[in-house]
Amino acid sequence: MPDGSSTGIGVSVKRKEDYRFLVGEGKYTDDINRPNQTYSYMLRSNSAHANFSLNIENASKLKGVVKIFVGEDMEVGGIPCGWQVDSKDGTPMREPAHPPIAKNKVRYVGEIIAVIIADSIEEAKNAAELVDVNYKDIPVIINMKDALEAKNGLVHDEIETNICYDWEIGDSSAVDLAMAEAAHITSLDIKNNRLIPNAMETRAAIGDYEHATGQYTLYTTSQNPHVIRLLMGAFVLGLPEHKLRVIAPDVGGGFGSKIFHYAEEAIVTWASNKIRRPVKWTSDRSEAFISDAHGRDHLTSVKLALDKDGKFLALKVDTLANMGAYLSTFASSVPTYLYATLLAGTYSTPAIHCNVKSIFTNTVPVDAYRGAGRPEAAYLIERVVDKAAREMGISQVDIRRKNFIPTDAFPYQTPVALQYDSGNYNATLDAALIKANYESFPSRKAESAKRGMLRGIGFSTYVEACGIAPSAVVGSLGARAGLFECAEVRVHPTGSITVFTGSHSHGQGHETTFAQLVSDRLGISTDLVEISHGDTNNIPFGMGTYGSRSLAVGGEAIVKAMDKVVAKAKKIAAHIMEASADDIELNNGNFEIAGTDKSMTLAEISLAAYVPHNYPHDELEPGLDEKAFYDPLNFTYPAGCHICEVEINPNTGEIKVEGMTAVDDVGKVINPMIVEGQIHGGLAQGIGQALFENATYDENGQLLSGSYMDYTMPRADNFVNFEVGNEVTLCTHNSLGVKGCGEVGAIGSPPSVINAVVDALSELGVDDISMPATSEKIWNAINNASKK
Amino acid sequence: MYDLEYTKPENIKNAVIDFDKSNDGKYLAGGMTLIPTLKARLSSPDVLIDLKSANLNSITVTSSNVVVGSMTKHSEVANSKEITRSIPSLSNLAGRIGDHMVRNSGTIGGSVANNDPSACYPSAVLALGATVTTDQRSISSIDFFKGMFETCLKPNEIITEISFPIPDKSAYIKFPNPASRYAMVGVFVAKTGSDVKVAITGASEDGVFRSSEIEKALSSDFSIESIQDIQIKSEGLINDMHASRNYRAHLIIEMTKRAVVKINSI
Repeated sequence: MPDGSSTGIGVSVKRKEDYRFLVGEGKYTDDINRPNQTYSYMLRSNSAHANFSLNIENASKLKGVVKIFVGEDMEVGGIPCGWQVDSKDGTPMREPAHPPIAKNKVRYVGEIIAVIIADSIEEAKNAAELVDVNYKDIPVIINMKDALEAKNGLVHDEIETNICYDWEIGDSSAVDLAMAEAAHITSLDIKNNRLIPNAMETRAAIGDYEHATGQYTLYTTSQNPHVIRLLMGAFVLGLPEHKLRVIAPDVGGGFGSKIFHYAEEAIVTWASNKIRRPVKWTSDRSEAFISDAHGRDHLTSVKLALDKDGKFLALKVDTLANMGAYLSTFASSVPTYLYATLLAGTYSTPAIHCNVKSIFTNTVPVDAYRGAGRPEAAYLIERVVDKAAREMGISQVDIRRKNFIPTDAFPYQTPVALQYDSGNYNATLDAALIKANYESFPSRKAESAKRGMLRGIGFSTYVEACGIAPSAVVGSLGARAGLFECAEVRVHPTGSITVFTGSHSHGQGHETTFAQLVSDRLGISTDLVEISHGDTNNIPFGMGTYGSRSLAVGGEAIVKAMDKVVAKAKKIAAHIMEASADDIELNNGNFEIAGTDKSMTLAEISLAAYVPHNYPHDELEPGLDEKAFYDPLNFTYPAGCHICEVEINPNTGEIKVEGMTAVDDVGKVINPMIVEGQIHGGLAQGIGQALFENATYDENGQLLSGSYMDYTMPRADNFVNFEVGNEVTLCTHNSLGVKGCGEVGAIGSPPSVINAVVDALSELGVDDISMPATSEKIWNAINNASKK
Repeated sequence: MYDLEYTKPENIKNAVIDFDKSNDGKYLAGGMTLIPTLKARLSSPDVLIDLKSANLNSITVTSSNVVVGSMTKHSEVANSKEITRSIPSLSNLAGRIGDHMVRNSGTIGGSVANNDPSACYPSAVLALGATVTTDQRSISSIDFFKGMFETCLKPNEIITEISFPIPDKSAYIKFPNPASRYAMVGVFVAKTGSDVKVAITGASEDGVFRSSEIEKALSSDFSIESIQDIQIKSEGLINDMHASRNYRAHLIIEMTKRAVVKINSI
């Protein structure tokens, strides 16, 4: 058995969890079956906006049908929103009722209108076809600009507007003043395209009510089982925590889309009591497209004011953010506190103002998706900076260096609330320039030109805020939850360890990374450490995994729990070895009396703790099992430089990514291989947004991109080998010095790709292209430019 | 999927008997279109007649023709050394349909009988002037395709093999739909002596078609210059979220040019 030194911090330990996944032994929600289980089919609206009525009589009589529920049957609370955002005039956001099953009116294609429960899923689907639905269509609101005018129609009549809130941040008069005095103002209108998350595992849920004990169990594809227990138990179904167990077993990817509390979870839990049998629901892929919360979907106008030397004076941003038809769990926070607070980017822009109107439309609800608000911020900043450089004849590198927050300015207070603790933006830029062979770009461009091709290079020097989040801060901003994390480190009698964490792994590799934290600190191999997560009956109250928080917050909680374990172990060792606890030092897993050759291993101490024959009973309780909650002092601020190089065929608009370099500062790296994997995944999603992915609705509110035939998921052959590097500055407010790596790829890369496209086309006079930059869009841009 | 009866006849005769006995039976070839359609409940045959065991899997190459049995999989055409020697563009086409899983299930007969307007194979059948043989007759490629998802096949008729005359040179260039990877525009050019046939898939609302305009230009001068100024009419071309009809019209010429360059480099 290897000791801790080979599996500690900084080692690319192979992922412990991969064996069971690779041999097909992962246990996902749909793999779980309960005795006497039923299957539910969610009948969904195929109209985007309609008053409806339905007749279930014929369907109810069909063989195998156990029960059909409609909206009126389910008298429970509405699906709640977890973050209150107030408008600039102080009024709270508008929160229209969100019943789990629609009653009388539907507001998007995909909304649940009836739940058919049967002995088999095929029987449930057969019955669904016999449900007679009568829709009376109402004019549909799809376009956010149309939605601004109530006369064009209302998604929710009772709130008399489609605007959820009209929010602002920053100093608008300072911005206006700077704009008036600026030597140059660069303007840009930006659309941040709507994306569909597409986790590999579709959502699923099983509700299982045990009549004899009154216990409910919900198995669900969630990134945060305790959050679901709280939201669903307290707000929707009125179930106390001690009677509700939520289990999120192996989960196959989330990207944010499995943070939220969805109607299906409440429906199966509630229905299992009503019919006294377990109720299972598994989304199929087509269903996922119209029922998983979508991401992004902003329309933004941005103005950047500069002095004559290209120094940024002010940034003014106006954004319309699509909420879809209802407020999903964290929808309100994404285009405000996770977005506008990042608008300083990596630059020392002194004045910033942002106004955000969030808008209801007859579309699937929009919520957090990998990066959540921060990609939208990074995209607009890096695009407008790029355009300003072009307009002022400054190089893309120089304009950034000129405006970077200097390394000696940290901690740096931005004009939009956040205080960055650390960073070195020139370091990541320098390293990326070398990795991307920037100096020889002109010769590559010339070589492309010889073949009739256009070549471009694009930059993004982004920052983001993750490690979500200090509870007091987010509470003051309207969050209806704390954002701490918990951990319990249980040392077993013979020295192996189980860590119970409130974080949830759905692809991130926590079972390995967290084990490395233990290995490093306590000097035992990761083979002796098991990470347990996902079951509210096993783990202490935890907030789950999103916002690149698991290591910076969840990992830190494990460290705090280990601190307690070590402190207690020292006291036990001191008692047994007849020394003072102050003289005990922990070295490579040995508790040594300083200056002597006397020592005890952790296993010896834990055995003494559980077989306490010789034990300081007057001072200590038996056992070696400690719990800690950790609430961070600040967000963490990963940053970096992404450089993309593209080649474009001007005859067809075909585009090929020729180079993608990402040098990121994610703080201290625990497992370099896992971090690199996270960066790769993020880059794939970022390039996907920039060039391929686009959720498209027609004017009737039908999702045109409703399958992989029409929604372009990027594939391996759309990419090049990614050049990934890191330049570390440590987070100053957690003991590990970690920042977070889960989202940086998706946040930083899209503007670098689009800036590269614009760079390639700039010689033709093209100065803007929207995402996704498809070949036809590029071809049109070339044609339109040549007509000018 | 709805309940249905499944049969796996061991020869064509029994397959036709199964079909004739059914109310609304369907033949199953590779199932790459039919199975998803069934799973989505968009089709509800009472009997599914699987042709897997009906001995329709073969590749025969003579000095003049490549003859492919209708149940031959894309991967088998792609990997056939004989086909690669005689009509390399055909094996190349087959090797770029879908992904490995599709190529190891999908069949040439299924693709041609389905006549998806964006499928690759129909362009090869048309441009190479192939003959489609069924259990009942032989059909010239010109007569076979009748518009989007339509062919001249009778309901119970089964394609048994497709015979491709070997051209002097040929090339297939596909501009894939970025999402589905079907052809958004696919152009198959075949040249035998001065005779040039050009078949285009993925582009027209009527499915695969031959362009007499391009054929005429290339027959008199097989160069990209000869087609440079041809304006393909966009009327009748597919107009969707992936490509406008104007873009498709443009791509037809661009892909044809690539095919010409490729042929001229052989």
